[in-house]
Amino acid sequence: MSDLLAARSQMGVSLAFHIVFAVVGIAMPVMMVVAERRWQVTGHAIYLDLARRWARGTAILFAVGAVSGTVLSFELGLLWPGFMGLAGSIIGMPFSLEGFAFFTEAIFLGVYLYGWDRISPRAHLGAGVAVALSGAASGIFVVLANAWMNAPTGFELVGGRVVNVDPVAAMASPAAFPQALHMTLAAYAATGFAVAGIHAFLLLQDPANAFHRRALEIALIVGGPAALLQPISGDIAARHLARHQPVKLAAAEALFTTQRGAPLTIGGWPDIAAGENRFAIEIPYALSLLAFHDPHAEVTGLDSAARDLWPNVHAVHFSFDLMVALGTYLALVAAWAAWLAWRRRDLAHQRWLLRAIALATPMGFIAVEAGWMVTELGRQPWVIYGVLRTRDAVTPMPGLIVPFLTFTLLYCCLGVIVCWLLYRQILRSPAIPEWRGFYMPGRS
Amino acid sequence: MTLADLLAGVIFVALNAYALLGGADFGGGVWALLASGPRKQHQRELIAHAIGPVWEANHVWLILAVVLLFTCFPPAFARLGTLLHIPLSLVLIGIVLRGSAFTFWRYGGAEDEELRHWGVTFAIASLITPLLLGITVGAIASGAVFGARDPDTAFVAVYVAPWLNPFTLSVGLFALVAFAFLAAVYLTLEAQDRELRADFRGRALAAGFALFGAAALALLLSGRYAPLVRGGLIFASWAIPLHGLTAAAAITALVALARAAWRVARIAAAIQVSLILWGWALGQYPYLIPPDLAIADAAAPAVTLRLALGALALGAAVLLPSLAYLFRVFKRGPAAPA
Repeated sequence: MSDLLAARSQMGVSLAFHIVFAVVGIAMPVMMVVAERRWQVTGHAIYLDLARRWARGTAILFAVGAVSGTVLSFELGLLWPGFMGLAGSIIGMPFSLEGFAFFTEAIFLGVYLYGWDRISPRAHLGAGVAVALSGAASGIFVVLANAWMNAPTGFELVGGRVVNVDPVAAMASPAAFPQALHMTLAAYAATGFAVAGIHAFLLLQDPANAFHRRALEIALIVGGPAALLQPISGDIAARHLARHQPVKLAAAEALFTTQRGAPLTIGGWPDIAAGENRFAIEIPYALSLLAFHDPHAEVTGLDSAARDLWPNVHAVHFSFDLMVALGTYLALVAAWAAWLAWRRRDLAHQRWLLRAIALATPMGFIAVEAGWMVTELGRQPWVIYGVLRTRDAVTPMPGLIVPFLTFTLLYCCLGVIVCWLLYRQILRSPAIPEWRGFYMPGRS
Repeated sequence: MTLADLLAGVIFVALNAYALLGGADFGGGVWALLASGPRKQHQRELIAHAIGPVWEANHVWLILAVVLLFTCFPPAFARLGTLLHIPLSLVLIGIVLRGSAFTFWRYGGAEDEELRHWGVTFAIASLITPLLLGITVGAIASGAVFGARDPDTAFVAVYVAPWLNPFTLSVGLFALVAFAFLAAVYLTLEAQDRELRADFRGRALAAGFALFGAAALALLLSGRYAPLVRGGLIFASWAIPLHGLTAAAAITALVALARAAWRVARIAAAIQVSLILWGWALGQYPYLIPPDLAIADAAAPAVTLRLALGALALGAAVLLPSLAYLFRVFKRGPAAPA
């Protein structure tokens, strides 16, 4: 394994690990706050139990997210000193703001977790709201920094040195809005459906359990709307790609030749040598229609770039199709649930819907990972698109396979432990017998 | 003073806060490991109780320092990441183990046996991480992290030798003892009952004296390994007053401990450790990374520095009241007399 590949792998593992906890840290506090608010309004202790359980889960996941985020902030320098030396002054701004947002989140999470008996109910709920807001803000700031890597603006490069730096313009890169919107919605959809899926699974076995009914309801309120809106934000993101990062879109769609009236291809096996996508399902004109809202628009293919500037077409194409497929499934299930709720059906008795939701449990997170594969692998061989190649940014230190394996092992162990703790602490049904038989008719 | 100097100062303030707050949390882990005597379990409980609400926030001071460093002084960050890759990676592993073990310990809902394992992991990581942080600081202060190198230099000479020598180890030891000292002093104020307080007073006094020893050792070794900082610390115009103040704070802290003036001890100990840190910073000024990377040379363009300062002002407006609230809720003054 070359040092470059080891560094990329370590960064990839670190990001793939951290993103799970970051996503949960954005959406989980919202559910916690909704549950607590319902407890304050209705007085049903079941909501308090939910809020406390979700808070415990948030505590575990936030702690792992905080330390894995620390690792990432250091790894920018440990693995990519060439990148940070060049880009630090341009995109340090969103990172600094993220630092403050994260700080606020940590402070109010401390207040929330340990303050149940120390502050007024209103202040406690306010602390939860502060956690939810600053969590979303810190996620958005980090995505802004990544957006700049995809669509770099706000500087000029003269003889290898950056001049005329404008950090504000760099934060407002063309990719900023599409990426931030897509990622924020993804966080709510993935976490909402993961939680809803677990409780749907448990409801299938124990349909009268009021605890799981309430949990399912709140999780769907957080995840459902986001899943429904996600295809729209995906469209915005794809149209951004078509204009600003055409090679990434071409790889995602395995579109080898630039053409008018380009078809949308689903699946298939990209044959790089032959320059075609074999065995794919093609929908004529659909790609032009989606990318430019015009069936005859010209879509740039991979042939626009030199061969050594192509990303890994297989990985990007499969990741993209996987993300779209999973996102579509979540949107359809969300629409189904919304339709039934609108018809005033009791969702907890819709066994087929519950099965569909239970099936969705891991899908949001897999879609998030696949989406980041598209973003990050699709930008290669560049670390800053069109400006700096990844291989020119890597640290000169040899033997990078050692830290890669060390951190991978560390994260594997942590991942297993976290799953086990969550299972034991959060997911098991409450043992309080009266809630098992305590039937609360569904309002939704 | 230039804008770059100001921002370097702000970064150092963040590091100072990390040492006083996050450092004390590390120290707490050390005392959890060394818990002994009839109140062993109570000592551990007190430590966990004191750290619990604030430690995530305390940790963020480090992240703030890092992001400000790479925003305002990108070449310095790039160089530290390259040449101190190994100790910094080890620090990260320590931080990961410590942070997760603490949460698993407190929130894992484990039974006794497993709980102890998490407690031990937390405590051992608390012991190793400050040592490595100190080693990293020692490497920077010694001037071994310099830029231009012959490309044929051996791996060990470039990536190991700068941070592994008697001086850096003595700085690591000093950091560990300083953090343990801070934690013990703070815990005298947190303890609710007299006996527990006496436990930590004894530990604070022992650590306070050990701190003198560790400081003397580091100073002795600095003559050979860190001449630049040593020169500053001894010959600069501010040196004598600074040492006088540090000594006064140290003596005040020890006397206050002996006389059970817990609040005075806490403030004096915090001042003592801060003054030592600022002595290091002044000793290597105007260099960010001695002997060749000055603050002015490493600084980002002025527009970035101005915006970073603006972001700091904005962030502080949100952060300081929030922090004040956090500490008011959970660290409300001296405990009621037992």
